[in-house]
Amino acid sequence: MSKCPKCGAIQTSKELDKNLKVCPSCGYHMKLNARERIHMIMDEGRLFEYDADMISEDPLEFPGYADKLVKQSEKSGLRDAVVTGEGTIGGFPVVCAVMSFDFFSGSMGSVVGEKITRAVERATQKGYPLIVFSTSGGARMQESILSLMQMAKTSSALARFHDKGGLFISIFTDPTLGGVTASFAMLGDVILAEPGTIVGFAGRIVIEQTIRQKLPDNFQTAEFNLQHGQLDKVVNRKEMRNTLIKLLDLHTVKEGVSRG
Amino acid sequence: MGNELPFEQPLEELRSKIEELRRFGSEKDIDFSEEIARLEERYTQLQQEIFVQLAPAQKMQIARHPQRPTTIDYIQAIFDDYIELHGDRAYADDLAIVGGIAKLNGVPVTVVGHQKGKDTKDNIARNFGMPHPEGFRKGLRLMKQADKFRRPIITFIDTPGAYPGGAAEERGQGEAIARNLLEMATFRVPIICVVIGEGGSGGALALGVGNRVLMLENAIYSVISPNGAASILWKDASKADKAAEAMKITAQDLQEMKIIDEIIPEPNGGAHREIAIQAESVKSVLSRHLQELLSWDSEQLRQDRYDKYRKLGAFTYAQG
Ligand SMILES: [Zn+2]
Repeated sequence: MSKCPKCGAIQTSKELDKNLKVCPSCGYHMKLNARERIHMIMDEGRLFEYDADMISEDPLEFPGYADKLVKQSEKSGLRDAVVTGEGTIGGFPVVCAVMSFDFFSGSMGSVVGEKITRAVERATQKGYPLIVFSTSGGARMQESILSLMQMAKTSSALARFHDKGGLFISIFTDPTLGGVTASFAMLGDVILAEPGTIVGFAGRIVIEQTIRQKLPDNFQTAEFNLQHGQLDKVVNRKEMRNTLIKLLDLHTVKEGVSRG
Repeated sequence: MGNELPFEQPLEELRSKIEELRRFGSEKDIDFSEEIARLEERYTQLQQEIFVQLAPAQKMQIARHPQRPTTIDYIQAIFDDYIELHGDRAYADDLAIVGGIAKLNGVPVTVVGHQKGKDTKDNIARNFGMPHPEGFRKGLRLMKQADKFRRPIITFIDTPGAYPGGAAEERGQGEAIARNLLEMATFRVPIICVVIGEGGSGGALALGVGNRVLMLENAIYSVISPNGAASILWKDASKADKAAEAMKITAQDLQEMKIIDEIIPEPNGGAHREIAIQAESVKSVLSRHLQELLSWDSEQLRQDRYDKYRKLGAFTYAQG
């Protein structure tokens, strides 16, 4: 049995899984890890993974970092906070990157930056659309400035991708903050978000402490961001795959169809 | 003086002791020259001890010193014929970022930088150098203009960070920073960035994608303020000194990590002690790098910038 963190409704895990981890009573979208997301989005749930063995190096020998990496890996079954690869969605070949909040709060260090950059570069070479599901608490502080530089690295790769005419669909999932928002996630041609997703640069607590005011309850939600022009569409989880297929199709020029 | 930082106290005490001895000597017509010489020697020695091995947290205090020269100080001292340009053409003129067109050794360039205030009133107008999205967009507008007219771009970095505020979020703080990173990668002109004070996180990087990144000796550059890191990592903001140490935020550390290309030395005690001399040395280092980059073609410049950031990161592969 599990309890909805938002409305408190109780349902069996089986019911919840069948409903894609969306609360049947209130529609709250619970967090998915990268594996669950891939299973839900890709054809046959399959992603041919890139760089699956890449791991962090603890470049600064930051106090406690090495131990924490081991624990995060055991907890999540992942080697870092993003899984990248290629596969098809509705028969359309894509390069796809899926972040996972259960590894180190989805923080961006060198591995996340490098894997995203390589994914962008492969999508550029292959001429495939790029799909990125983001979720992140922000920078991987234990990698300090190297973490910051991943923002420039991923954005530079995207500059080349866009220059070649590539399609990038960026999807925000709950929550996405800090350097991920302020780099690749905000650089999509089309930006989607799941309902209720928190999207922002600074976190609510930091802002409230700075401005010494309480922010409205809906602050930084996907719906709030939609209203302020920061994203294109809020999409329910059960409609996400079909929405992606529709967008991929709209960007495909079929043979025999005249553009003139 | 009244400007000294806590760790400079012993120096200040010694300095006033020497002056007192001089005054007393001339008033009473007593010869203290031997004693004074001994103290002067001790002063030089102490100065060496204090300034040669500054801890990261001490550099941070120098980098944030209220008298530290700002972007406008450097613009006035280094460039000729500066014309300041304003606004992002979409929302407002954010005074936390300034910029315009000027000449460096006769070459027209675009210059953009974060601007902290000189006093309380100025700081309020400039939001303590913390830009809103319209500040980054103003910077981007000026840099795009530079690209159009094939003018080199010089940026000065000095911000605690992008402003964490409700309105900043509503207007797309994340998008504004991201857009600058992407666009700066594409420009066909030389870009030289100089970290003059505080390089605070994404708000600093938004003006920081260059062919050359230079840094003043006591400037700092980090992904989060040491205070912020300490309160998140150890739930204790008072451990900022420990965080400053662990995070490797000094110019020396960053040069080792190949984040920056060259350190510009500062006078003893920091840039605010000798602003004119400091500006002169910034100018000479800037000019040397610009001279070199001016002979590159646009593709070379873009490729160089790509390679520079592409290489940054530390990772390995799991065994088995
Ligand atoms: Zn519910």
